[in-house]
Amino acid sequence: MARDLLDLVWLVPLLPLLGAGVLLLAGKRIGEPKAGWLASGTMALAFVWSLVTFFALHDLPAHERSHVTTIFTWLPSGGLHVDMGFLVDPLSVTFILFVTGVGTLIHVFAVGYMHGDERFSRFFAYMNLFCASMLILVLGSSFLVTFLGWEGVGLCSYLLISFWFERRGAALAGKKAFITTRIGDLGFMIAMFLIFSEVGSLDYSALGAASGLASGTATVIALLLLLGAVGKSAQFPLHFWLPDAMEGPTPVSALIHAATMVTAGVFIIARAHPYFEASPDAMTVVAWVGAGTALLAATVAIVQPDIKRVLAYSTISQIGFMFLALGVGAYSAAIFHVVTHAFFKATLFLGAGSVIHGNGDNQDMRIMGGFRKLLPITALSMVIAWLAIAGVPPFSGFWSKDEILTKAFLVEEYGVWVFGVLAALLTGFYMTRLIFLVFLGNERWKAVPVVSGGADDAEPELEWDPEEPTVAFGEPVRAVKVSEDHPPHEAPPTMAMPVLLLAGLAMVGGFLSIPLKGLEFLVEWLHPVFEDVPEIHTPSFAKGLALAGASVLVALIGIGLAIKLYRRGLDAPDQDPVVARLGPLGRVFGNAYYFDEGVSRLVGGPLKRAATWLSDTFDVRGVDGAVNGVGALVQRGALGLRKVQTGRVRTYALWIVIGMVGLLLFFLLYVGR
Amino acid sequence: MSDFPILSALIVTPALGALVIAILPNRRPEYVRIVGYLFSIATLALAIWLLCNFETRAGYQFVESESWISNLGVHYKVGVDGISLFVVALNALLFPIALLASASITERTKAFFVWMLALEAALMGVFLSLDLIVFFVFFEFVLVPMYFLILGWGHGRRTYAALKFFIFTMAGSAFLLVGLLTLAFLHSDATGTLTFDLGVLTAWAPNGLDPTVAAVLFFAFFAAFAVKVPLFPLHTWLPDAHTEAPTAGSVILAGVLLKMGIYGFLRFSLPLFPQASVDFAPVLLVLATIGIIYGAIVAAMQPNVKRIVAYSSVAHMGFAVLGVFALTTQGLDGGVFTMISHGLTTGALFLLLGMLYDRRHTYEVSAYRGLWKVMPVLGGLFCVAAFASIGLPGFSGFIGEFLALIGTFITEKPYAVVASIGVVLAAVYLLWVFQRTFMGRPTGDNATMKDINFRELACVVPLLALSLFLGLYPKPVLDRIEPSVQKIICQVEAGSDYKEPEAARTTATFGSHAKLGLTSESCATKAATK
Repeated sequence: MARDLLDLVWLVPLLPLLGAGVLLLAGKRIGEPKAGWLASGTMALAFVWSLVTFFALHDLPAHERSHVTTIFTWLPSGGLHVDMGFLVDPLSVTFILFVTGVGTLIHVFAVGYMHGDERFSRFFAYMNLFCASMLILVLGSSFLVTFLGWEGVGLCSYLLISFWFERRGAALAGKKAFITTRIGDLGFMIAMFLIFSEVGSLDYSALGAASGLASGTATVIALLLLLGAVGKSAQFPLHFWLPDAMEGPTPVSALIHAATMVTAGVFIIARAHPYFEASPDAMTVVAWVGAGTALLAATVAIVQPDIKRVLAYSTISQIGFMFLALGVGAYSAAIFHVVTHAFFKATLFLGAGSVIHGNGDNQDMRIMGGFRKLLPITALSMVIAWLAIAGVPPFSGFWSKDEILTKAFLVEEYGVWVFGVLAALLTGFYMTRLIFLVFLGNERWKAVPVVSGGADDAEPELEWDPEEPTVAFGEPVRAVKVSEDHPPHEAPPTMAMPVLLLAGLAMVGGFLSIPLKGLEFLVEWLHPVFEDVPEIHTPSFAKGLALAGASVLVALIGIGLAIKLYRRGLDAPDQDPVVARLGPLGRVFGNAYYFDEGVSRLVGGPLKRAATWLSDTFDVRGVDGAVNGVGALVQRGALGLRKVQTGRVRTYALWIVIGMVGLLLFFLLYVGR
Repeated sequence: MSDFPILSALIVTPALGALVIAILPNRRPEYVRIVGYLFSIATLALAIWLLCNFETRAGYQFVESESWISNLGVHYKVGVDGISLFVVALNALLFPIALLASASITERTKAFFVWMLALEAALMGVFLSLDLIVFFVFFEFVLVPMYFLILGWGHGRRTYAALKFFIFTMAGSAFLLVGLLTLAFLHSDATGTLTFDLGVLTAWAPNGLDPTVAAVLFFAFFAAFAVKVPLFPLHTWLPDAHTEAPTAGSVILAGVLLKMGIYGFLRFSLPLFPQASVDFAPVLLVLATIGIIYGAIVAAMQPNVKRIVAYSSVAHMGFAVLGVFALTTQGLDGGVFTMISHGLTTGALFLLLGMLYDRRHTYEVSAYRGLWKVMPVLGGLFCVAAFASIGLPGFSGFIGEFLALIGTFITEKPYAVVASIGVVLAAVYLLWVFQRTFMGRPTGDNATMKDINFRELACVVPLLALSLFLGLYPKPVLDRIEPSVQKIICQVEAGSDYKEPEAARTTATFGSHAKLGLTSESCATKAATK
């Protein structure tokens, strides 16, 4: 019975896929808001079916909780045989539960958020397709099926980030996201080639072969997979697409950051962990990529003026924590943090969406302040999520982050641990800064000039929409649309309710796994997937408590510092105390270490020049020039034979035939004898 | 029904169509169109019948053989196998679509339709004939209609482009003719019978030829096919021909004509000269890899949309050549599959570009902006076509490229790794085009462009739908390709010191599939049982 139900797991990705198909073909006719409700409905049904799948799997004895269902043969070619199949095990079920659950709430929120958009139904088609791709990614029974979802996620992120394609920033950001992640996908693809040529199968059922490989081969495979993971999960050095991805509508950001896409990298490392376990070197690299990214991204987050940018760098940093956990072999802890992060980051993004929506599309925190009275529900939700991400017990983020740091300490990766602790401190700081700048402190928006209407009509011939919502570091404050006559307002219930629900999850999500005997539900549940991994022994109660105490203390220091600086808001919009105190370092942080700029300069400068030379000089003058040169030479040489040059193809053809016969004779005489 | 000469019918039907149109009155172009559609659709119907009745096995099917010029040993011999089956089907599919897309051709409609149907007949002949002389006649005859199509209905520098196309391919063909005549005469010297029958020559050549002579002949055949592919650095005729050709010409040029090169490698070079193929494979792999990277980089720098797609063809065909000369089952499968897939996706891209051209009469990227806003359907379809061409999994392009790359990786890792970079670059140039032309705000003339109409939809949607279908369910195609592919590999193994790695041929014992009986015998075991 249970297995029969598990065979039907394909319903989970199929439902949103169907929704996407219907909306793409008939979305205009369905119209607003039905299209949104249809998309939300397919996601809700997928969630229900995920629950059914969960219970069906749970009914099986722990060691039998792995079930492959094959739909059809996808790619048969010689020794390569790939089925379109789905693997149901605790890891994939954990992912489908939160992808569909959080995804549904984001869909519902978006019905309100996207109200009045001219491409309303198209938006929901993409959203459904996005979730369907993510579900295929996590459910795939082989690397190749996962890759199908993996690239589908890439496609949808492109479509959604560029959704408002009239804006130059959005158009560029989508392209950047797709191409940057595709560099990572290159690693994924070559890893598959290597796995196939070494192991002979891309199925996850063949993962066990990893331990039999030469450690050098395992390391190469693991590092190539890591490259793929780094791209999708926006880790250093392929992280720079994610902050730009903010150009998409806010529900998209929530979906990318919380439920889909960026967790894909964590998933693939967890799924392919035998290759990483077979290579200690690769594990070290994973841990340090994670730790480094966690810290660096957090330093960038502390000075950003744009609310969504803070959250974007926060995501990069939090995913860094997950990579850190993967790298020290604490896979369950990484997945735990994926889940709690999905809760609180979805809350934060949707909350930020409400804030932006409610104050005239302004994202600049320097000109917000005191919103708690005007947006009470949003404020409440955001405060819960803030405490969760900052690591204040008993909110969810505390449990998962503490789990990660404790495990890192216990395996004696002290360097990584120190990075993690510092990043946790900064997390407390930048989130507190965000909350105080937006919801508390002085109401700076009252003092800012109001936008005068009709600016768009003045320049109808503009090639791009002038509206660029993102506020870069160091940018002057712009005019706002809110004033005392039109103050910021709370979101409608369809938007506020999903946020509040998510905040509830962010509050209690930590109880999924409390590091006490009998309460580690999630860890126990995931255990069959990671049973081949050497166990990290639980610390003595006192040591565990001490480490947890350290975590809390660090978080509180970060929070306290921020409160001290931002208690009253800002004296003037352009006077940010942390920027002032950091001095030149603040500029480095604010510009994200100039990494993005460096990449742009490299691509736009030397690389572009080389490509231009190749196409305009080498191809035209070199390759084609040689051809035309031969032609010209012949022409010049034939000046004496001008009468032959009739310019008629028939004559040329005749000469070609004569030439051929000559060649033929030559060949026959030479070769034949 | 089994005696019905289906293959001859595939060649004769469009030829007959051309004749019928030729005798129609000039004054009634509408009749010309209807007759043209009818004959091309009849050919398509025949091709569908062929697809349905094709048996999944190696070797030629529906073979017809008639003595033609008996004292020269020339036979009219046609047959179809897994390699040619889908190219024939693609040819039959693309012609009605290309004709339907030619609504904007209003001058000399009759001549246009005559040349198009003549071209279809010639292409059918190329892929079906099994006699070297008959093949060569068709191979050469293809040039004539294409030349006149570019010259008569092309754009801008069409005279230059048409002549360049003609000279390039003629130069290659000259070598081919010399090569095939030499081959036949050498065979006649050795055995006493003069024949151009491919089967007879394939059985004799691998062991009958002196290795040096085989290498020279390989080069002669190579010259003709490499120009057609086109392989770097023989590619420069392609962007010019594509850019100046009318839409229908571009669709056929990219969709079918380029495949003559890959097909030639598979049908002639590998079976006839296996040792030379193995010896020269590294050269071809290098050229193919350069083509993939070079084509993509140069494509990214073009200011003209059609040139971008033309250069992307250089890259795509590079993947096909890479797969073929990887000499593994996956590689050859991927090569053949890429031929089909490229016909669908690039065909769709050229059709869509043609629709833009019909509205605005320019291919300059800078002339367009924000089209997605005024043309949501056409924009959406262009987006789909672009991603299909980029090789997104779920579309046919991915299957072909993935198989070609994984097949190459088994034998020649570095080429596969370098060529994979082409996958990223494909995204760079196509997304750049899409961003520049379809995103942003429509200004000027862009703001009033009309979205796709029903006729245009009927042209593009079948190609994209097929690409999607084959990307998700390539099995029916792969199943039919594979026996013929394995036969070629067996021929190469028998005639050279090459052995295909076990990993490529046999399913891993420890995967769950060995029990399904999917493991295939190696050539050695097959030979032993005989």
